[in-house]
Amino acid sequence: MDTVPSEVRKLNFEDYSTAKHLEHAAAQARARNFQGFLIVDVDAHHYENESYKEVFAYIESPVIRHDVIDSSQRPGRSALLNSSVGNQNLGGRITRANLRRLQKVPADGRHRDIAMTLEWMDAMGVDYACMFPTPMLFLGLHPQVEIEVALCRAYNRWLCERILAVEPRLVSMLYIPFNDPDAAYKTVKDFGDCKGVVGFMVTSPRYRPVHDNAYMKTYALLEEMGKPISFHAAYSWEDRALQMTNRFISVHSLGFMWFNMIHMTNWVVNGLPERFPRLKVLWIESGLTWAYALMQRLDHSYMMRTSDCPSLKRKPSEYMREMYFSSQPMEKPDDPSILEATFKMINAETQLLWSSDYPHWDFDLPGVIYDLPFLGEKAKRNILGANAARVFGLDTKVVKRIP
Amino acid sequence: MAEWFVAKAAELPDGDRRIVVAGKDEIGVFHHGGAYYAYSNYCVHTGGPACEGILINKVVDLIAADRTYQGQTFSDEVHFVCPWHGYEYELATGRCVGDRRLKLKKYQVVRRGDDVYVVT
Repeated sequence: MDTVPSEVRKLNFEDYSTAKHLEHAAAQARARNFQGFLIVDVDAHHYENESYKEVFAYIESPVIRHDVIDSSQRPGRSALLNSSVGNQNLGGRITRANLRRLQKVPADGRHRDIAMTLEWMDAMGVDYACMFPTPMLFLGLHPQVEIEVALCRAYNRWLCERILAVEPRLVSMLYIPFNDPDAAYKTVKDFGDCKGVVGFMVTSPRYRPVHDNAYMKTYALLEEMGKPISFHAAYSWEDRALQMTNRFISVHSLGFMWFNMIHMTNWVVNGLPERFPRLKVLWIESGLTWAYALMQRLDHSYMMRTSDCPSLKRKPSEYMREMYFSSQPMEKPDDPSILEATFKMINAETQLLWSSDYPHWDFDLPGVIYDLPFLGEKAKRNILGANAARVFGLDTKVVKRIP
Repeated sequence: MAEWFVAKAAELPDGDRRIVVAGKDEIGVFHHGGAYYAYSNYCVHTGGPACEGILINKVVDLIAADRTYQGQTFSDEVHFVCPWHGYEYELATGRCVGDRRLKLKKYQVVRRGDDVYVVT
């Protein structure tokens, strides 16, 4: 038996860094030559609550600004900003959720969000990332519409000035305060031309139907600007139906499909694809199986009930197949032919956009697409970056530095 | 076959662990409950650092004789958890709890005097 000199690491939780946490991801990126082609992440997150002190300064109403700042200084009691019951970090099993506070970033003047985000992007092999907030995914459920409008506007201004204007590898589809249709329109009007704004995003958990006439001017404006609208899924344990679930796995699995299934159904049945044929629509973080199921379900009923949706000139699935879908959390059935059928159903080669959802608990690496046995190299590169570059109008130059 | 130095036994107390880079492989070596365990540090899911997460006991539902649910508790079975996504593994076997057909490659650990080695 040979005795071989070995490299041994102690496990020191206090010495956390994103680069160390994702060393295996970087190894995968090198092994697959991700340095050689464009990868775009259409759904990445930061924790905007870590920058609330900065964000709150942008709240324009002096009264709301005062109340929100006061509320944030007494955690643990009722707060002015809503949050959500949940257990994303699996009782501490997802260690980065707690350890990220220990991350040291270079004192080079860059915002901490920029430094931390670029670190994981390089480790995975990502060139550009579309950044979304985290707690604000639930803001559409806030009972005070003016709070949603005020925080949304403050966040968008902060994001544009402090992050997007500074770092060209970060872009965003800005939060639309959808519960106030006029404010939604104003948001698109005011921020549509800002650097790094590649579209606009509706957080899906909310109770406003997308076919309400009040939104038509906003959709028309987006179509005219060539900017996509996206619906970013999340759950709500306050939803009457989802309140019957008793575990996080249940509310998460259902909730992240539930609201987008409703919005998609309303979008198609009410003929919005016919009214806005050039508007790009992107569905984020619902995985893929919901679309596969809903296409079949709506087509089946449509053939018997065309009078319910007279604006449609084709089957619902044909409109859905022209929309865009982000990939994460991509279901991986044991039988890959099932996933292959799903890809075929949504025209994945041109309509699917890879997303990581990092640093959230169920993130995906680019390998989730790159390692699929039924995709050719061109299809892989389309899904991992070229499709997103086309939809968002991004530069296709590779800019990452995989460590 | 090769033996890779892990640690002096006295420097790897019960409850501690090491990650050994053995050529192209990484191996997690645990010292727990008086025994040593060693497994591949690549999660069966997406290759995350499976041995670098927390140790936590298995969660079980308490179902009474009348088949009613009476809450949850921790059993004596110890798991280690991949920190990327939460895949859990039995410390004693390396089997993946969510699908016991899957398991991490297991390595033998030997003590030679005061030294602990993992065998590949």
